[in-house]
Amino acid sequence: MDDLLSEFLTETNESLEIIDAELVKFEQDPEDRATLDNIFRLVHTVKGTCGFLGLPRLEGIAHAGETLLGKFRDGVLKPTEDSVTVILESIDRIKELVQELEDAGGVEPEGNDQDLISQLEAFSSGAAVAAPVEPEPEPDTPLAEGDFDPELSRELRPGEVSMAELEAAFQSAEAPQTEAVKTEAQKAVPVEAKKPEAAKAEAQSAASSQTVRVSLDVLENLMTMVSELVLTRNQLMQLARNNEENEFKVPLQRLSNITGELQEGVMKTRMQPVGNAWKKLPRIIRDISRDVGKKINLQMEGESTELDRQISELIKDPLTHMVRNSADHGLEMPEDRVKAGKPETGTIWLRAYHEGGHIIIQIQDDGKGLNTKRIKEKAIQNGVVTAEEAETLTDAQIHRFIFAAGFSTADKVTNLSGRGVGMDVVRTNIEQIGGTIDLKSTEGQGSTFTIKIPLTLAIVSALIVAAGGERFAIPQLSVLELVRAGGNSEHKIETIKGCQVLRLRDRLLPLVDMCGQLGLESKSEQNQHNARFVVVLQVGGRTFGVIVDDVFDTEEIVVKPVSIPLKSVSLFSGNTILGDGSVIMIMDPNGLAEGLGEVQSQDDQKDGEVVEMGHFNAERTDMLVFRAGGGEPKAAPLALVTRLEEIKTEDIEVADGRHVVQYRGRLMPLIHAAGQHAFKTEGIQQVLVFTDRDRVMGLAVDEIVDIISERVDIELKADHPGIVGTAVLKGHATEVIDVSHFLVQAYEDWFARFDEEQWTRQRKVLVVDDSSFFRNMITPMIAAAGYEVTAVDSPEEAWELHESGAEFDIIVSDIEMPGQNGIEFAKALSQDKRWGGTPRVALSSLPPEIFAERAPDGAFAEFVRKSDRLSLVSVLDHTLKIDRSQAA
Amino acid sequence: MITDSKKNEATREFVTLMIAGQVFGVEVKDIHDVFQPDRITPVPLAPPEICGVLNLRGRVVTAVDARVRLGLQVDEQSDQPMAVGVDCNGESYGLIVDSVNEVMRLPDSAYEANPVNLDPRWQEVSQGVYRLEDQLLVVLDLGRMLRFGEKSEAA
Repeated sequence: MDDLLSEFLTETNESLEIIDAELVKFEQDPEDRATLDNIFRLVHTVKGTCGFLGLPRLEGIAHAGETLLGKFRDGVLKPTEDSVTVILESIDRIKELVQELEDAGGVEPEGNDQDLISQLEAFSSGAAVAAPVEPEPEPDTPLAEGDFDPELSRELRPGEVSMAELEAAFQSAEAPQTEAVKTEAQKAVPVEAKKPEAAKAEAQSAASSQTVRVSLDVLENLMTMVSELVLTRNQLMQLARNNEENEFKVPLQRLSNITGELQEGVMKTRMQPVGNAWKKLPRIIRDISRDVGKKINLQMEGESTELDRQISELIKDPLTHMVRNSADHGLEMPEDRVKAGKPETGTIWLRAYHEGGHIIIQIQDDGKGLNTKRIKEKAIQNGVVTAEEAETLTDAQIHRFIFAAGFSTADKVTNLSGRGVGMDVVRTNIEQIGGTIDLKSTEGQGSTFTIKIPLTLAIVSALIVAAGGERFAIPQLSVLELVRAGGNSEHKIETIKGCQVLRLRDRLLPLVDMCGQLGLESKSEQNQHNARFVVVLQVGGRTFGVIVDDVFDTEEIVVKPVSIPLKSVSLFSGNTILGDGSVIMIMDPNGLAEGLGEVQSQDDQKDGEVVEMGHFNAERTDMLVFRAGGGEPKAAPLALVTRLEEIKTEDIEVADGRHVVQYRGRLMPLIHAAGQHAFKTEGIQQVLVFTDRDRVMGLAVDEIVDIISERVDIELKADHPGIVGTAVLKGHATEVIDVSHFLVQAYEDWFARFDEEQWTRQRKVLVVDDSSFFRNMITPMIAAAGYEVTAVDSPEEAWELHESGAEFDIIVSDIEMPGQNGIEFAKALSQDKRWGGTPRVALSSLPPEIFAERAPDGAFAEFVRKSDRLSLVSVLDHTLKIDRSQAA
Repeated sequence: MITDSKKNEATREFVTLMIAGQVFGVEVKDIHDVFQPDRITPVPLAPPEICGVLNLRGRVVTAVDARVRLGLQVDEQSDQPMAVGVDCNGESYGLIVDSVNEVMRLPDSAYEANPVNLDPRWQEVSQGVYRLEDQLLVVLDLGRMLRFGEKSEAA
């Protein structure tokens, strides 16, 4: 197929989609001149190009359609539903022809369109309409094909428009053309009839010269290469991190930034407004309302929200299906609506917006809502649940059955939907692209479906976890939070008849054991007592926990499909190469959810609302309370403790007067909080493990009492070595230990790299970010590095903390936030007496140059890209150190 | 075709592989890499033929153990296994063998179909046999060698 033709096909397809939407709009508001002019212009262009390329069938239909549209435009005829339907039909025919033309490689298919053309002509001549509005059309009637045009002094050929018509078109058409082009076109008119068309084409090409059509293959290829580049960059960064000071550091940082921008840039080329996936919907709604006699108003919001083209393609069908469902099943007939006291016209809302790296699409109708009773009956009938089980389920749980396979409750199968292949297909399609779907429905008031999908499929953020000695990636889209669980932590894993559950904020969370699912042996030797982690996932409205042995950081990964022989393992959705060059498998949250069994799901009334982290409540600190030696209980900040271990006394060796134990393949020095004489001689010795980079030490204690989350006011007691001071925890005076004291006992040079102060007082970090997801992700990360973190979701909330007298060592702030943005916040901070001197670190997705342009000098001490959050901790360390040396 | 081969003795080029003392041949054009498999990530629940996945210059390669695939003893594997990289249906595979030896150009006249009494499992993956001077070379059909996931699924 030659370039000209393929360009024509692309362009025509685009025009046809716009015409579809515009016609529906026009039908609702026939007075809207701009819409009509736009339609007329588009049809005219299609016709003109077809004529130029020698496609007589297409040209014929387009011409007849244009003639009828011309009459509407001139006010000779009033558009009626029937006449608009005929035009829509002819647009459909054109679409079919274009499709066939494309399939046939540029040959127009044989056939005859006289049926449509004569219908169109009948409308044009007024025969098919009961009463043309203007009875005296004579002088204005545009000339039909074959009529004699006085100005041209010859008969009109098919596809040509009379001069008078053109003149009229230019006088009334305002929307698409600029003034200059209009005059130019008018000047051209007297010369020759073909000229205005050329002028128009010029105007269009002038408008479109800002864009270049690039084939998708080229873009895909570019994308793949950029993805590989990102991976290589990550690899380099990892190497550089292990090797702090070298001359590559600065150029690497630059390479990293440029790669980041390149990635963003290429990603942008793949972005499309979600409206493209919606274009067909107004037409579909119109047809449905016509077919079944309902009055439907389709409201679309957020059409310009951008998402990856690939995803846009993939959600088109599910969306169409759901909107159809809402129109066909959701909304009632007009008379029923009136009876129910609702407006006659039903409304379907379609909304799209961004939220924390995802796109949310909502389809809401004000119809009758789901029929809970019928779904329940059907579920029992289909054997999805037993009658007894069904009684214990909440409405929301019952509603979710519509996502089960082969489930349709429509009483009659209509032309449109209700054939039993419905919502389960929608769910599968959406889950395939890593999205989730949920619904809320109130009987008599309507239903809302919420789809949450990732912005792009190419690169996703994943949490790296360990199970059975292997690492796996869990897509972050489904991760709600991380909980440390195990023998001595605040959260306990409990068992009911072999099923593991976790008590989490007064709820029971069903758990699956990742090792068990994968048929692996857990590597944490004493499963019962070792602290393990629970990754809380949400999939399709179900919340559950996955038990893993360990949690590493998050990484941006490029999802690569698994090879065919591995497809049979439903637990994996793909694999990827990590920054260190190793290949790891990506877990499919849906596959994991299957490990729960079908019905067992947590009823979440606040579905979709991201639950806040329990650990990091503002102002509260988690303290680990233990006993060591007699007297008052002692406590250490939990955030500093890496693990709690129980070590058999016979494993403890004494070498050179120091206690050591073989721990994870190396020697770990042990220090007893009450002095070396206090080590147990038999049984189990409880040990708090502290790690810092490559150092590990164990602090032996007599007994672990509790973990308390409380606001800690420490009364300093400087004279007692190893004790920072006393605090009242749960009504008991408790000695807060000075962890650094013991660390130095274990390794004299522990603080060689740090300033003395570092561990004596936990550095306080304030994180301001409006994305709860992001807060949940970075808070544990910073906390794990030994900082005390307070996270708030807005500068306003930060100011409240300010009012209440809180003090911080450093403030990390997002830039793009609703309300006061990060830059305003920083400016206001720098004016503040108390917080003005606190160093500020900006966290932003903006490229550094743009950021530097916007942020005044001195507003922020450091800048970290959101995509590069791994370096956040090192930036914090760095900034505080500088700050300290200045103060000294 | 017969006349063709008569006219000018046609030959094919094979990379020879050693698996459990048997010589196998894979056409040179089908192989794009010979490498030492390193840092293989095991894949839980995968079919037994798959040793895992590995990173070969930025591509994820599925490593298939030729011994398991051919129903041979696994425990006497060589100390330094080698892998041949092949593409199949657009996916990358690494076939892990005991060693990779020289490239041979073999005349069609030395080629024979599978002997009828060949082990059925080998019949499936062998295209035929070349008579070498002192031994026999089994020609591996890579497509069939790497097609086992579906079969085990169906079973």
